[in-house]
Amino acid sequence: MKNIAPKLSPQDYEDNFAELHPAFMPNSAVAEANRCLYCFDSPCMKACPTHIDISTFIKKIATGNLKGSAKTILESNWIALTCAKACPVDVLCEGACVYNEQGEEPILIGRLQRFAMDRYFEQGMPPLFTPAPKNGKSVGIIGSGPAGLACSAELALMGYDVIIYEAKEKAGGLDTWGIAPYKMTQRDSLNEVKLVESLGVTIKTKTRVGKEISIDEMEKKHDAIFVGVGLASPTRLGIPGENLEGVVDALDFIDDVTTRKWKSIDVGKWIAVIGAGNTAIDAATEAKRLGAEQVYMVYRRSEKEMPAYEFEFELAKNDGVQFLFQTAPKRIIGKKHVEALECIRMKLGAPDKDGRKKPVPVPRSEFKLPVDMVIKSVGQNIEDSFLSQIPNLKTKNGMVVVDQQTYQTTNPKYFAGGDCINGGKEVVNAAYDGKRAAHGIDRFFFSK
Amino acid sequence: MVDLSINCGGIKSPNPFWLASAPPTNSAYQVCKAFEAGWGGAVWKTIGEPVMNVFNRYGAVDYNGQKILGLNNIELISDRPIETNLKEISETKKLWPDRAVIASLMVESKRETWQDIVKRTIDTGCDGIELNYGCPHGMSERGMGAAVGQVPEYCAMITEWVTEVSTIPVLVKLTPNVGDIRFPGRAAKKGKANGISLINTINTIMGVNLDTLELQPSVDGKGGHGGYAGPAVKPIALNMVSQIAIDPEIKLPISAMGGVSTWRDAAEFILLGATSVQVCTAVMHYGFRIIDDMVEGLTNWMEEKGYRSLDDIRGKSLKCIADFGNLNLLYKTTARIDESKCIQCNLCYIACEDSAHQCIDINPKEKRNNGNTLMINQPKIRENDCVGCQLCFIVCPVEGCISMVRTDDGSVAMTWNELMKQLPQPVTWEALRQFQHKHGIEIH
Repeated sequence: MKNIAPKLSPQDYEDNFAELHPAFMPNSAVAEANRCLYCFDSPCMKACPTHIDISTFIKKIATGNLKGSAKTILESNWIALTCAKACPVDVLCEGACVYNEQGEEPILIGRLQRFAMDRYFEQGMPPLFTPAPKNGKSVGIIGSGPAGLACSAELALMGYDVIIYEAKEKAGGLDTWGIAPYKMTQRDSLNEVKLVESLGVTIKTKTRVGKEISIDEMEKKHDAIFVGVGLASPTRLGIPGENLEGVVDALDFIDDVTTRKWKSIDVGKWIAVIGAGNTAIDAATEAKRLGAEQVYMVYRRSEKEMPAYEFEFELAKNDGVQFLFQTAPKRIIGKKHVEALECIRMKLGAPDKDGRKKPVPVPRSEFKLPVDMVIKSVGQNIEDSFLSQIPNLKTKNGMVVVDQQTYQTTNPKYFAGGDCINGGKEVVNAAYDGKRAAHGIDRFFFSK
Repeated sequence: MVDLSINCGGIKSPNPFWLASAPPTNSAYQVCKAFEAGWGGAVWKTIGEPVMNVFNRYGAVDYNGQKILGLNNIELISDRPIETNLKEISETKKLWPDRAVIASLMVESKRETWQDIVKRTIDTGCDGIELNYGCPHGMSERGMGAAVGQVPEYCAMITEWVTEVSTIPVLVKLTPNVGDIRFPGRAAKKGKANGISLINTINTIMGVNLDTLELQPSVDGKGGHGGYAGPAVKPIALNMVSQIAIDPEIKLPISAMGGVSTWRDAAEFILLGATSVQVCTAVMHYGFRIIDDMVEGLTNWMEEKGYRSLDDIRGKSLKCIADFGNLNLLYKTTARIDESKCIQCNLCYIACEDSAHQCIDINPKEKRNNGNTLMINQPKIRENDCVGCQLCFIVCPVEGCISMVRTDDGSVAMTWNELMKQLPQPVTWEALRQFQHKHGIEIH
């Protein structure tokens, strides 16, 4: 990079990456739990994609039955700690809290769930569930992200032999590698991995399906296969200069940051982040917190169309990230390193097929942003080359086609869930998919 | 201008708020500080026989994160000598001539002992004497406190010994740990008391520690019952105060206490017949400074309602007290939900469904949640089936959402006692059903 931002003091790094929503002290957790009305058939439960019985787990915190609270949570969601920390609660459970109707602060459901789950892991995960006797069936799981983990845990409880194949050296998928460190740590995700392992699931890391093990071998070894591969290669910008040094993909950058080796992560002094989704915001905020002087977010459409959540947008603004709306990258300029990003102004035209106004370039509105680093975050493609190795697996718009009830793909031996079927949603959606797919698999074998 | 001054059986004070005989009135330092803050009177911590206290004297009940719903203690009467206390009472009264200083006494049940301490107390110049017949712990085992208060004959006898020699007003403080509070009350009357104070603390065990399995509070592993007070006991005290107030045989001024924490509590006790109110637990929780809001709040309320003195409100609610047999059986209400206020917590639904008469339905309804659509349930009351029990109204967390609406036109009224005079006795289910049917009351 041409200009690397100066490194910060160890204390500055710790401050910058301190938790956004710190843990409750026990007495404040109980006080907050007691504020919960204990609604019957509560709206928060309905708003949670995994339908956790929220008012019940909160009541159990209030009575000091923390083990029971963790059990209530895990009965619905195996990825409960990650969800507690990374879920967009404002638009899910907390957004549905009846207190909102009264203009009062909703119950801090995410933080209470975290309180119960933190205690559970601190106590060494005392067993809460008894797996059924082995039923003689074996399922291979491709990918150890939230969908794969949830599917595995549920299958293990039902008596299946389960092996997860994970390409990376640590399991957990994006929970481990893709969540901003001020939201959660790798250790949180790895605790959830351990929980799934404690149910008898085997996880083979550094084992890429199609490389370390072939599809044929997997099919021979397992009675059914669950595909939880998420999304893979980032979408290219398709503009000149994309291969210059200093152009990085947002997920690779975030992946580095989750290692928490702050000092070894170089960021440019001036940075442009391209895109305005939640991942783009994470990258921009993290870059700023690593010491970047100026971070621009470059987005083709206006603030109104921005896919990032409101609270993520606020977070970035508070960190001093500057937003360039209706601006598209045209080319990246530099000899060897990135030296500038040429942009062009956009105006919003007629709505496209999604109903969003289509941005069109404003002639002769080009301008140059002098930057040392370009972080790309314009979405991910599905891992097409891998999926095409699976016989008869149908995809649509890059997403694996599944039955909405059973999560079975067009190849009956294969089931799928998570980002690879929905194009990229929340952890909580993946956790739900994985669990439902497990039941789809079970019906496939055992329903009459 | 509102006049808060009172005269309770001859004891005058500028406002009705007295500190109860308890730890906050242990010394001249404390009582003077309280008077500085604005308290109208103080009943000195009971003085009498030599005692020695233990450590860990208090236990509390917290509820849903709120501290001290109730407080219990095993502290004894003053652990300082009689002379010290009498000297401080005398000094305090000289400094605060307009406030009520009342000495609380408890000695062994001997005529000479009682009469001796009464005379010495009068010499301090204090305004009155309160006889402690109430302490449920420590002293009762030694034949004092509640041991006297629970036996009306002792209560009358000792009161008589005291009133024989006393030249100042005598209040008798009653223990609630009895079957019928009116009997010790009548005994106090018989002994020529000038007024009655109630309630003293209630016998309680506060709890068991689930780690140590010891009682709370624990004194080196042991514990026992103590005296319970604080907000939790207020309804019990209100009932007992009203029983004394309406008893035609008693007719004595009442100094009421038991869970008085705010001016609102005080107003309720006065409406049920109290002249002065005594406060302890709230002060132990927050300090003497709470008097400011008590005086101001009571004054403001009286001003708003147009009352000029406490005589205007004293006992005003007693006329509403009726036995069950005199309640109107044909007064009918139904619960009604204001859907514009309903937050769909469905606590009313589950309460009615599981614990009342199954007359609330829940119907699916769409709700917007930050861009998502949720299907939630809207409760609705089947008014024809509602028995008007009021449970849903009580559990609803939204003010003004569920109301109890009168459905009869008030043209007919009938109490159980009146009905029993009309129907052939002994009354049969069939006769009762006919009466209900005639008046459109269906019991499912």
